[in-house]
Amino acid sequence: MRARNYFVGAAFALLAGGMAHSAMAQDIKIGEINSYSLLPAFTEPYRKGWQLAVEEINAAGGINGKKLVVISKDDGGKPADAQTAANELVSSEGVAMLTGTFLSNIGLAVSDFANQKKVFFLAAEPLTDAVTWSKGNKYTFRLRPSNYMQAAMLVEAAAKLPAKRWATIAPNYEYGQSAVQVFKKLMSEKRPDIQWVDEQWPPQGKIDAGPVVQAVAAANPEAILNVTFGADLVKLVREGNTRGLFKGREVVSFLTGEPEYLDPLKDETPEGWIVTGYPWYSIKTPEHDAFLKAYQAKYNDYPRLGSIVGYQTIKAAAAILAKAGSTDPEKLIAAAEGLSMPSPFGEITFRKIDHQSTLGAYVGKTALKDGKGVMVDSSYKKGSDYLPSDAEVEKLRPKD
Amino acid sequence: MAFYVVQFLTGLASAASLFLVASGLSIIFGVTRIVNFAHGAFYMIGAYIAFTLTERLSGAFGFWGSIVLAALAVALIGVLVEMVLLRRIYHAPELFQLLATFGLTLMVEDLVVLIWGPDDLVGRRAPGFKGAIDFFGQNIPSYDLFLIVLGPVVLGILWLLFQRTRWGVLVRAATQDRDMVAALGVNQKWLFTSVFAVGVFLAALGGALQIPRDAVHHAMDLRIIVEVFVVVVIGGLGSIVGAFVAAVLVSELNAFGILIFPKISIILVFLVMAVVLIVRPWGLFGKPEAAARKTPGLTVNPWRPLTSNERLASLAALLLAATLPLFAGNYALTVGSEIAIFVIFAVSLHFLMSVGGLASFGHAAYFGLGAYGVAFLAKMAGLPMIVCLLLGPLLGCMGAAVFGFFAVQLSGVYFAMLTLAFAQIVWSIAFQWVSVTGGDNGILGVWPEKWAASPSNFYWLALGVAALVTVALRVMVFSPFGYALRATRDSLLRSEAIGINAKRIQWTAFVIAGTTAGIGGALFAYLKGSVFPDNLGISLSVDALVMVLLGGVETVSGAVIGAIVYKALNIWLVSQTDLSKLVLGGFIVLIVVVFPKGIVGMLEMLAQRRRKSSPPGSPLLAKPIESAE
Repeated sequence: MRARNYFVGAAFALLAGGMAHSAMAQDIKIGEINSYSLLPAFTEPYRKGWQLAVEEINAAGGINGKKLVVISKDDGGKPADAQTAANELVSSEGVAMLTGTFLSNIGLAVSDFANQKKVFFLAAEPLTDAVTWSKGNKYTFRLRPSNYMQAAMLVEAAAKLPAKRWATIAPNYEYGQSAVQVFKKLMSEKRPDIQWVDEQWPPQGKIDAGPVVQAVAAANPEAILNVTFGADLVKLVREGNTRGLFKGREVVSFLTGEPEYLDPLKDETPEGWIVTGYPWYSIKTPEHDAFLKAYQAKYNDYPRLGSIVGYQTIKAAAAILAKAGSTDPEKLIAAAEGLSMPSPFGEITFRKIDHQSTLGAYVGKTALKDGKGVMVDSSYKKGSDYLPSDAEVEKLRPKD
Repeated sequence: MAFYVVQFLTGLASAASLFLVASGLSIIFGVTRIVNFAHGAFYMIGAYIAFTLTERLSGAFGFWGSIVLAALAVALIGVLVEMVLLRRIYHAPELFQLLATFGLTLMVEDLVVLIWGPDDLVGRRAPGFKGAIDFFGQNIPSYDLFLIVLGPVVLGILWLLFQRTRWGVLVRAATQDRDMVAALGVNQKWLFTSVFAVGVFLAALGGALQIPRDAVHHAMDLRIIVEVFVVVVIGGLGSIVGAFVAAVLVSELNAFGILIFPKISIILVFLVMAVVLIVRPWGLFGKPEAAARKTPGLTVNPWRPLTSNERLASLAALLLAATLPLFAGNYALTVGSEIAIFVIFAVSLHFLMSVGGLASFGHAAYFGLGAYGVAFLAKMAGLPMIVCLLLGPLLGCMGAAVFGFFAVQLSGVYFAMLTLAFAQIVWSIAFQWVSVTGGDNGILGVWPEKWAASPSNFYWLALGVAALVTVALRVMVFSPFGYALRATRDSLLRSEAIGINAKRIQWTAFVIAGTTAGIGGALFAYLKGSVFPDNLGISLSVDALVMVLLGGVETVSGAVIGAIVYKALNIWLVSQTDLSKLVLGGFIVLIVVVFPKGIVGMLEMLAQRRRKSSPPGSPLLAKPIESAE
């Protein structure tokens, strides 16, 4: 908490109004928004990640000699509150750019705000394809691999499975719906012979796992696509294990390899699921080693995927600000388009065509090791290899 | 065939966990008339404490002992809450206790994260109930079978408790007529405390029993609380058997419903409740509520229009508010606009709740409909802003006309729950109908036109509309229609006896309130530039209730102050701290204890007391002024 207060700075900025600005004229301020109170399991590691990045950047002399300050706000999981926060950051804190957000609808709300107010926005986490495609705009960039990219990575592995009868389980909201839709589309393109025999749409956060598992089992699929995560995933896995749903069936699952979602499963981790995730324990690259060492030294804890996202978001923001040499949004956009930079996962580039970064994800299989869930046989999938052709992207994205 | 049997049994297991929590809520409501919003919080704490204990204590005895111990510990917390907090406010206006328990819930959500950390926790499986039993090739988890047996056992124990013990007789008597029980010399204090303890015990037990199959996390409470309310209402308030039947009904409909409509779960309970309440206004096993004895507050302190001085003061306050753009920055102005919009929203609910005596739990539906109305008109028809603002609220008006017609047939908590059901149905339409509403990704790009785009112009617009709406509703309160509406609130029988068509008056009030909320929603869409299903959601409805209660439900315009205080505080806290829920919850609890009549209600009482205690000359002096109004 203490560290945060430091970054937040003026507790009475609201009262002091403009006075605070002149005092810190030499600093470059970034406004950061996320669902800290609603999704602490993801956003706590995320916060640690970006705080580490801020520390590193300032230790290395800041941005073109100016100190970087991140002002962070909670959106409580509500798009309307996220906009209030964005407004405060832009109007009264005078930040150079906005970053952050987790939920897709909040990402879209802030992106629309950025477009309207002509502010640079770097979306960290929201996965919906709409952020960069159907509702994309010139002020918005995104770091994390989108729904489409993660689906394409999974499809590559899933299409090799012999299974022909597939069932899907996904949370009933935009993320689940579009994940299933893209997966089905890409899968059917590669494997016209497969059948979709059942789909279950439990409400997000409220899965009644017993009946859902039973219903899927009744359709007798050979393979299952799972999109649930968090507490829903725990319930699904527990019921599925007891009822033998996963026995003799292949399972392909979005995000399950991320420590945030895998670790709570402990000894109930199902084995052999094909998942996207972040096996921090088995990544052996110099870039990641450096990140891991710094993170563990600072927090005495291992990083989650959120830590990577938070860390790289601020690193990317700093790289863009440094290249632009200005806080003018148009110059920031020009600087960001096509900009390449190092990341713990290797070099990434913000594409000019749709403002999506080429950060990738790890795909592997789940396994049990010493009573804990881990990802094995994992390999890094570069984001750039899993995006549709430029011609297709241009059709998807409205003209600026 | 075996599949259907197993699916049925699975449904029964879900019903059992639902029933445990619901029965507790039902008992508490039956006796104390408290709408215990914190019931979900107790459920959650039960699960957290049970998690900690089962991790420490090993073996079969350790596990089951931990479950019971956790439930007892939470019951103790419940007793503490009842004695320290709720006892002070039993005599406050109806629903005020809801505010207190809402504040508690907010606090608990942050506290569990502080104590147990942000990660999802997965507890142990129950010793002896780890596997599954084979039933003609289908697996039934043995823990499910345990729950299936436990449900009826708890029902049986409760039945014995209520039918065969003196305590049970008293509880049933109090459920029927608590004033009479008090008049007969029963110590109500301890009766209420014990009932509250039993109810909380059941909630915590329900939570603790979830750890072998669920993850323990800080949002468990919200996941269960609404559903449990619905179950209690479907069954009939205060009826344990009803709660059991309703839990089974809802769970089985869900278990089989998803086989045909996999997306049904999101709305099923609310559909069932709407149907049940329209057909059986008091739930399946409920009895018509005895006419409640009104708290005397309303008759002792009759409403009056503002005096000329007060009018001048209000006008001055409005003018002062209008000067904000002269010295405040853009952010403050946008916050100001948001507060003004919530004033509109709060006074619209206040009109229904305080003047009409109809507390709606789903008022956000009409706010959101207004917002969606604007979004449709602006994005699809491309109409100019003024036209959208004028026509958008009509969607709220239409919604209120349709749903209000059914809702006003009911009263009290049943009315509240039916409005909640309708709101949830509207919400799920907005959520599911992706091709029209954009689903939860909402409709973007609904920004104001140039003339209203600057924060100061928009602020003046919002402030102006808010002032107009508040004045219009006040005028209505003191119009013949307002008197008729208040008559139906104070005594339905007498008002009908003098020829007031009560249902039509209430329906009209509902439509007025809904349209007004729609005006707020229309402005809100332009303020935010986007519309999301959130704008129709439960949390917004709860916000409105809190604003009205905070201001004072027995006042004429307390909602204005309630909205300003709550919204400003909320925005400020969210901006300043991650523990905004803890602080806000604490603040609400404090307000409840210090101002049991709401902020404005308390100020009025103080003003009156001052008037009374002033020298004997002044009452005489005050009289002619009052009659001159």
